[in-house]
Amino acid sequence: MKAIRYSPWVMHFNAGACNGCDIEVLAALTPFFDPERLGVKLAPNPRHADIIIVTGALNKKAAERLRRLYDQTPSPKFVIACGACAISGGVFSGSYPLFSRADSVVPVDVYVPGCPPRPEAVIYGIKKLLDRVGEHGGD
Amino acid sequence: MVIVEIPIGPQHPALHEPIMLKVRTEGEEVVEVSVNTGYNHRGIEKLLEKNSWVRGMYISGRVCGICNAVHMQTYVQGVEKLMGVEPPPRANYIRTLVMELERIHSHMLVAAVMAEIIGFDTLFMLLMRDRERVMYLKELVTGNRVHADIHMLGGVKRDLDEVRRDRILSELKIVEERIKYYMKVFEEDYTIMKRLSEVGVIRKSEALRLSIVGPTLRASGIKSDVRSDDPYAAYSEIPFNVVSRDEGDSWARMMVRFGEALESVSIARYTVEKLPQGPAIPKTIPRATKPGEVISRVEAPRGELLYHIVSVGGANPYRVKIRTPSFLNILNTEKVYIGHRLADVPVIFASYDPCISCTERVMVIDEKSGKKTYVSMRDLARVRVG
Repeated sequence: MKAIRYSPWVMHFNAGACNGCDIEVLAALTPFFDPERLGVKLAPNPRHADIIIVTGALNKKAAERLRRLYDQTPSPKFVIACGACAISGGVFSGSYPLFSRADSVVPVDVYVPGCPPRPEAVIYGIKKLLDRVGEHGGD
Repeated sequence: MVIVEIPIGPQHPALHEPIMLKVRTEGEEVVEVSVNTGYNHRGIEKLLEKNSWVRGMYISGRVCGICNAVHMQTYVQGVEKLMGVEPPPRANYIRTLVMELERIHSHMLVAAVMAEIIGFDTLFMLLMRDRERVMYLKELVTGNRVHADIHMLGGVKRDLDEVRRDRILSELKIVEERIKYYMKVFEEDYTIMKRLSEVGVIRKSEALRLSIVGPTLRASGIKSDVRSDDPYAAYSEIPFNVVSRDEGDSWARMMVRFGEALESVSIARYTVEKLPQGPAIPKTIPRATKPGEVISRVEAPRGELLYHIVSVGGANPYRVKIRTPSFLNILNTEKVYIGHRLADVPVIFASYDPCISCTERVMVIDEKSGKKTYVSMRDLARVRVG
């Protein structure tokens, strides 16, 4: 748990997003915003990841993959739902291919709202999560 | 030798979006690539039918986060034609400015992704840092970083004032210098040349046969650009060059994008300097159209984007068909990978500037009878409760 608090590795999963959140998550991991000061690093693989950032309106095909990725990630693990679509479906809510919200497939720890959220908001979400891990020792 | 099938994606470090490339290899050599999609389907065309003309604007913008203003422009100019509304010249110039800023940041993004894929992480970080300047400019003009949402039926939502105009001009100067520098890096760096040149070559005749569009087509030596062939917004009044190259390989595609980004800087500067006077924000928003249909074309950063909008009158569209550039560029080029090494597959894939969010929605409609649909439908049906 301590290791996660000091250097969380983040994996990003696009579950049917419009790319808006994805480029903002990508921008949030680059030097202009510099999340490495918090130890945050992009993990290439679910088996290396501590935090999964889910973006996008979860469609049925991606929902299955998200659950599989979540199962592959070693515990302790956390999920951040990033953007209006991952939280509630956003503009796509009510569309036929949508499974549901991200938190109906995996347990979500932090919600970052916005369409898309600014990179600062994404980093703030990660920071909030890390603070909570520090206080309670995680789930 | 044994043929091995290697799945790349939907979650893969080299791809930032969910798509699956099934690569069959014999040793290191690729013998077959098949593209499997459906991870990003959101049913946008159906949503557009269900919502009003004004709401449809926002949904069409959310087809793709990278080229959102272009999608909105295509939808809005089509609907304006149906409604018989003409946007004022000032609004056209502001729309053009936003679309060109989007083109600059899109081309910088694909260059950054390409740098990351070939393992040049420093260049990736530097490109992303300088891309933030363009994002800042976009925020300055539209108020939003990613989804511009500046279009409105019959005009734009925000006007430009003098203070912001000066700020844009001074920032554009820095952006231009940085793009020139990165262009030089891509031209002269030994590693980049080794990884990109002669990789994924598409010949001129082949490009025409496969109906490739956008920078990928122009890198094969064909000067085709909707901005000059069928001008929309303010492009008929703005001087610019269509950049093209003859090599047809991954490197040529990157160089065409850099050339275009520089052209976009000069177009953006022209629109800011020659901004016509007059109103830009519409006073009333039309709600209904006459029956009819319209085809609307726009040059997106990735190529020709086409909307076919059908109206039977009333508050909703009857049908909106979207054809996006990535759809053609990704699915028609499966053969190009053959004969290359496995490590070249992400390079070739990234050199098309793939935008999966655009591609997805078209897939299901086009493939109703195909074999691939059967696979994706089976996946769709297997709902898992977590």
